[in-house]
Amino acid sequence: MSRLKKSPWMLHYDASSCNGCDIEVLACTMPRFDIERFGIINTGNPFHADILLITGGVNAQSAQVVKQIYSQMPNPKVVVAVGICACTGGVFKDCYNILGGVDQVIPVDVYVPGCAARPQSIIDGVLKAVEILEKKQEAREHA
Amino acid sequence: MAKRSVIPFGPQHPVLPEPIHLDLVLEDEVVVEAIPNIGFVHRGLEKLVDSRDYKQYVYVAERICGICSFGHGMGYCESVERAMGIDIPARAKYLRTLWMELSRIHSHLLWLGLLADALGFESLFMQSWRLREKILDIFDMTTGGRIIFSVNQIGGVLKDVEPVMLKEIQKTITELESEVKPIIRTFLEDRLVNMRLRGLGVLSKEQAYTAGAVGPMLRASGVAYDSRETGYAAYADLSFGPITAIEGDSYARVKVRLAEILQSFEILQELLGKIPSGEIAIPVKGNPKGECFVRIEQPRGEAIYYTKGNGTKYLDRFRLRTPTTANIPPMLDLLKGCQLSDVALLILTIDPCISCTER
Repeated sequence: MSRLKKSPWMLHYDASSCNGCDIEVLACTMPRFDIERFGIINTGNPFHADILLITGGVNAQSAQVVKQIYSQMPNPKVVVAVGICACTGGVFKDCYNILGGVDQVIPVDVYVPGCAARPQSIIDGVLKAVEILEKKQEAREHA
Repeated sequence: MAKRSVIPFGPQHPVLPEPIHLDLVLEDEVVVEAIPNIGFVHRGLEKLVDSRDYKQYVYVAERICGICSFGHGMGYCESVERAMGIDIPARAKYLRTLWMELSRIHSHLLWLGLLADALGFESLFMQSWRLREKILDIFDMTTGGRIIFSVNQIGGVLKDVEPVMLKEIQKTITELESEVKPIIRTFLEDRLVNMRLRGLGVLSKEQAYTAGAVGPMLRASGVAYDSRETGYAAYADLSFGPITAIEGDSYARVKVRLAEILQSFEILQELLGKIPSGEIAIPVKGNPKGECFVRIEQPRGEAIYYTKGNGTKYLDRFRLRTPTTANIPPMLDLLKGCQLSDVALLILTIDPCISCTER
């Protein structure tokens, strides 16, 4: 069962982020931080993805999209909440259109704090997610 | 008549890092109409002025957008300062201009990378973002943050930049300028980039003006307008002029932004030679009263900040007209009559920032 661990694909969606964490997620795929050295590819298709990275807290409209993307991903799957807004709502917690963190609508496995989250901590979070992904796969095989 | 069909575009789309949804009405492969549907990143942060005092709100204003974060903080501070009649120290003005111009270079390089990615030119994407990291290192060195660095405050800036750091910045930007030039040459002369962009999405001077385009989009259609010339911060002391092109197509929009990167390097060199010493902030007493409008030239175009104070520590209203809001109507004009495969590219050429637009 090292197949998943060796090449998990990730999908990024901006729920209501300010863009700061989004560009840091993209910066992770650049040669300087190079998340691809772990076999991780940034894909645009939910049907291909194992790891879902969500930036920003959810609002009424993006909650539907987040749920849909999550349901389209194949099992097993893990969710990483990137940035403090995705964890709790952050600075926008009291805004009228923010429901709160991503865990209000879908289960979250790894929380990456920071405003904006640094590429190093995003990579750390993604690698933790890969371990959880593998455990989930083992649990499925033994079930 | 060809059969009409509707294709949904977005909100989750590989080319755009941010969610925007368009319903594209097609006749065969040609777009007849594009109907936008926004609101996926609306947070409602303008309303937060009710519950955050005007000094705290700077940190919310900086989180309107992560790319033009510094400019939003500066625009908000300028409008409150003008309403209160505060004149900030000259060094603070220069430091704001320094970070603003560095932000412009970082934003344009980021956009060029995304454009190269949309063209399928992966190595150019990586190169643009590699150079952008050097600007982020300057931010990290001077403020401690890479993307959102919260150095604005009402009455000045929070952190001074030591003379040693200024020398280091000068050295870095001189090196960076020589490294950016080959990338600029690739964008302008590469055969594939030319084939894809020349003549695509032409916006005439009249169309741009009447549809209310701003920033590089407006200047690429031949209108010489740059709100930096209104002379906020230290821009009144610096010499520059609006950069224009006459073609109005996607290639012209790239050309204008590339020239603006070089112009920003010139502005920075001039600024670093002139920067005065002294205080970086003055103490602020009292609460804002009255209204104020401020125009700031963000990397994407002119942004308008409006604040209305009532004499208490909470503002009555804060309103922001962002450049992308102004550029969406001309973008919808451009999409009419284009091929379906060019839609993503045309949306990118306005340099959309959805989180600014929806706030």
